[in-house]
Amino acid sequence: MTLTKTLLGAVAALALTSGAALADPAIIFDLGGKFDKSFNEAAFNGAERWAKETGGTYRDVELQSDAQREQYLRNFAEKGFNPIVMAGFSFATALETVAADFPDTKFAIIDMVVDAPNVRSVVFNEQEGSYLAGIAAAYAAKGDTVSFVGGMDIPLISKFACGYAEGFKSVKPEGKVIVNMTGTTPAAWNDPVKGGELTRAQKSAGSEVVFAAAGGTGLGVLQTAADEGMLSIGVDSNQNYLQPGSVLTSMVKRVDNAVYDAFTQGETLETGINVMGLSNDGVGVAMDEYNAALITPEMKAAIDDATAKIIAGEIVVHDYMSDESCPAF
Amino acid sequence: MSVQSEAGRQATAAPTASSAPIDAPAIELRGISKAFGPVQANKDISITVKKGTVHGIIGENGAGKSTLMSILYGFYKADAGTIHIKGQEVQIADSQAAISAGIGMVFQHFKLVENFTVLENVILGAEDGGLLKPSLAKARTLLKQLSDEYQLSVDPDALIEDLSVGHQQRVEILKALYRQADILILDEPTGVLTPAEADHLFRILEGLKEQGKTIILITHKLREIMEITDTVSVMRRGEMTATVQTADTTPEDLAELMVGRKVLLHVEKKPATPGAQILEIENLRVVDEQGVERVKGIDLHVRAGEILGICGVAGNGQTELLEVLGGYQTGTGTIRLNGQEIDLTGKNSDGQSRRARGISHVPEDRHDEGLILNFQAWENMVFGYHHAPEYQKNRFLMDNAAIKAMTQESMTKFDVRPPNPKLEAKSFSGGNQQKIVLAREIERNPDLLLIGQPTRGVDIGAIEFIHQQIVHLRDAGKAILLVSVELDEILSLSDRIAVMFDGKIMGERLPSETNEGELGLMMAGIAEEKSREAGQ
Amino acid sequence: MTKMPKWADAVLIPLISIFLAFLLSGLVIMAIGKDPVVAIKTMVQGAFGSSNGIGYTLYYTTNFIFTGLSVAVAYHARLFNIGSEGQAALGGLGVALVCLYVPWPHWAIALPAAMIGGALFGAAWAFIPAYLQAKRGSHIVITTIMFNFIGSALIGYILLNYLKVPGSMSTESTRFGAGAHLPTFHEMLAPLGIEFNKNAPVNVSFLIALLAAVGFYFLIWRTRLGYEIRAYGQSETAAKYAGINPVRIVVIAMLISGALSGLMAINNVMGEAERLIDNAVEGAGFIGIAVALMGRNHPIGIVLAALLFGFLYQGGGELSFWESIPRELVVVIQALVIMFTGALDNMVRAPLEKLFIALNKKKEA
Repeated sequence: MTLTKTLLGAVAALALTSGAALADPAIIFDLGGKFDKSFNEAAFNGAERWAKETGGTYRDVELQSDAQREQYLRNFAEKGFNPIVMAGFSFATALETVAADFPDTKFAIIDMVVDAPNVRSVVFNEQEGSYLAGIAAAYAAKGDTVSFVGGMDIPLISKFACGYAEGFKSVKPEGKVIVNMTGTTPAAWNDPVKGGELTRAQKSAGSEVVFAAAGGTGLGVLQTAADEGMLSIGVDSNQNYLQPGSVLTSMVKRVDNAVYDAFTQGETLETGINVMGLSNDGVGVAMDEYNAALITPEMKAAIDDATAKIIAGEIVVHDYMSDESCPAF
Repeated sequence: MSVQSEAGRQATAAPTASSAPIDAPAIELRGISKAFGPVQANKDISITVKKGTVHGIIGENGAGKSTLMSILYGFYKADAGTIHIKGQEVQIADSQAAISAGIGMVFQHFKLVENFTVLENVILGAEDGGLLKPSLAKARTLLKQLSDEYQLSVDPDALIEDLSVGHQQRVEILKALYRQADILILDEPTGVLTPAEADHLFRILEGLKEQGKTIILITHKLREIMEITDTVSVMRRGEMTATVQTADTTPEDLAELMVGRKVLLHVEKKPATPGAQILEIENLRVVDEQGVERVKGIDLHVRAGEILGICGVAGNGQTELLEVLGGYQTGTGTIRLNGQEIDLTGKNSDGQSRRARGISHVPEDRHDEGLILNFQAWENMVFGYHHAPEYQKNRFLMDNAAIKAMTQESMTKFDVRPPNPKLEAKSFSGGNQQKIVLAREIERNPDLLLIGQPTRGVDIGAIEFIHQQIVHLRDAGKAILLVSVELDEILSLSDRIAVMFDGKIMGERLPSETNEGELGLMMAGIAEEKSREAGQ
Repeated sequence: MTKMPKWADAVLIPLISIFLAFLLSGLVIMAIGKDPVVAIKTMVQGAFGSSNGIGYTLYYTTNFIFTGLSVAVAYHARLFNIGSEGQAALGGLGVALVCLYVPWPHWAIALPAAMIGGALFGAAWAFIPAYLQAKRGSHIVITTIMFNFIGSALIGYILLNYLKVPGSMSTESTRFGAGAHLPTFHEMLAPLGIEFNKNAPVNVSFLIALLAAVGFYFLIWRTRLGYEIRAYGQSETAAKYAGINPVRIVVIAMLISGALSGLMAINNVMGEAERLIDNAVEGAGFIGIAVALMGRNHPIGIVLAALLFGFLYQGGGELSFWESIPRELVVVIQALVIMFTGALDNMVRAPLEKLFIALNKKKEA
């Protein structure tokens, strides 16, 4: 009975999807899968928000193999999906070849710059949001040591760390920022136990606030910080609610907005580099009821001040990826 | 039908039902048949075992003895036929049913937990309740009683691994008695025992018989049948060929019944004409991987055209002696072949270089060493000699066609049946497997042939052939070092006999000047004192 | 005395197993509300329906042939090498170094060099566990699986610190030069007038894989070394008796095994990605275990099993693409096939044996 019902429902759904207009947008998630509680899921949420608000339909697919990047890109492009959004920098190489083969299709890639006339490259100024997180940490810490736990050791994460250190040192120039990366393989994104160990080690080295930019590993960081009486800073999504009273703030990166925007613009997608920073709500620090008690007025003032100055261009936060070095380390 | 099985179930539940006729046979099997695929292991077998007797079942390997006993013990279900215990038909679905029907089984390979004590092993699976203590206490009293009654003295608190093989066997018997067995089946019980231990076992069995127990003895040794049984049944190719009173028969008759033709039980051979010294061993010592000294300084020599037989209970260093000579065990001391020293530890100490020096080796264990059971016969026929130039096609490939042709020839010459080079070794009978190994080693025309347990697990017909081949090789002027635990074999084949005990040579004898009794004592390590006593 | 004809053992059992696996998969697909018939159709169509699909199927197949042969070589010496994954990863490093640091004029010269590089690195990675097993008795299952992790970390480290394009976030090397580009089927077949999809990644490595399978046959069944490997695998005590040096066999068998895994890199690294990316092996080493198991450690079986898994990969990918069947479910289907063909082999075998015995009896009667 239930089975037939589900079956009928499925047939109906199938009819719906196959009857959909051909110019639907599509999104390809990275190997982590769309329910990774992090980057891919944020992208998925953006797509869902767009579908709900506009009533439109879209297609998505998750990767199983690296060889499928180009394959799926082509599949979507051949079937007339437009635009096609890719969640993740790993699509760059595949996109370079496919974009040239389909000049009439628009592509959007997140976290990477691909130079092609029909590609929109969405990059985030993570260093700006991290700078604000650093300021928050500096005000929250009584001493002058804070720390950072990164996921996999890649430049993008160093970019977070560098902005964080710079923000911290703008308040406490003589302070110390302990930086640890969880690992050098993708497994480093999902190792909460090691995240916890690193946090504990950092605490014993004097750290009072830990910023976790480490995907699933970060959940272990936040948990341990709460257990050890430290403060923590979440990443990507607003994670303040995870450990209320212990998470100082979250450095949010609005991947969902990037997907939502691309879907909304549709076939008329604006190509070129689309930088999402403080000025256009691409990044920021989350303030809500869960961390209200932790945010002091002078901290708030300093953050607001820095935000204004960054938007105005008075403060330029160093981008680690521009030269793979960090003056604040 | 339903009535029958009902009765059977009752009998299973209450094996000592008093309704049984008093004179009913202990066991009666009627028309038992069992097939494994196309192989008919048991064909319409009927047998009656009288209460209070020792009943021997004799037959070659694969004759169906073990299958029959497995049916009786509930491991297999017969395709046809019925089992009657004390006049009652019973269904024996599993070993539990067999035990409650009063059947006890002592396997060839003991089923004991090595690091448990005797007592724990005895009650294992027959505990009275969840708690061990009361069971153990009860068992202790019972065990003592049983030991006294049947000369089955064993220390109840000893660990199995510390016991000798003979004592372990007693534990198996005690296990069966503890489970109130009055029918005891022993499968090849003397295979692992010294002659003295075997004698003791037979005394125990006599005692059990006097107490009214019924004993079934499965063996392939004619001597044991003649010595202890009252009645003997002979099996051949799944059929029961005869059941006779032991007193009315002779070993020769039994052998003929087993094999189906006349068999020469004694090797016909001319006196040896020993030539030059081929093998000389001086002060050889072998320490095994566990650091135990297995060979404790022995001196031996073998001449061309002579068979030196080494007898001893298994595990007294003979295996290690063969391994050192075969090149896959290190040792210290001096070994010379044709006057030239052999490398015992260096890089020339392996099977290949031994073979190159003219030593061939028929190992004691053909399943684990002599053959690769999953290899086809032709692949086995070059095993160890696969580097020989005549088997190579070119630098890279072996000449499989040449090997197959050679195998075909050897198989015909050594009467391997079936003579099919493509058959896997495991598909041959024990005797034919041994012939393959023998053919391989003898055909290389060695100066020295090492041969261990040449007829273990080999049927009587093949034994005759193998013995002849060994004697032929001797007569061709080759030196032969024979290791066997079978005294008969040692006595009939050897030109000289050396007895090994505890890694040492107890002494040498000429076969014409010794007998089983003396050798048996030497094998048990007590001959030295005995002879000293005699001298004083 | 064989209970079953050989063809039944080699062909019928796997076919029935696969059929059962798909039957069960169909039920799973139904349970999530999809049409199993459509699903199977999508898979077959996606894997074999176009030259593009075939190209992807054969691309995966190539990987699995290499790792399947790798596992099988070791298995013949009764060594359970579950380190093919790591050995293939290291092979990728070898291939990448060869391709990156030499400006190759033509692929025909680059390929042999890359093969040597891949095989050498794969073999070197297998050597350490082999040595530990042979000399120290460390269990090869444990060491090889640990070496997968070490290998993965090592590749990550080298990529990150030495090979990565500065400023790029992807842990991947720069692209290889044009001289290291292997001809795809499109390029190979065009001169013959055969149109093959130009985007399909299958390339000349597929032929190398087939050659490796032929070489495998000769090695195992026709050479002295193969004879010794098989003898050692069947019985170590017998091998010792015959004068076969166990240390030598363990080490050599593992070296060959590692080399075969390493060779896989000419397909995925040199042929497809044309650069070294992190985690380039993507589980092909583990699939190799299933492939060897299913292929009964015989090259023909391995090639067929690899083709089946190539089909499962490509067809499964198409299934999740077109039918929106979650990729987790595709993995479930793949796992069912592995389970039925590998672990549950006896479930099919026992009744089939009985059937054949009954048939034989009837024939005799």
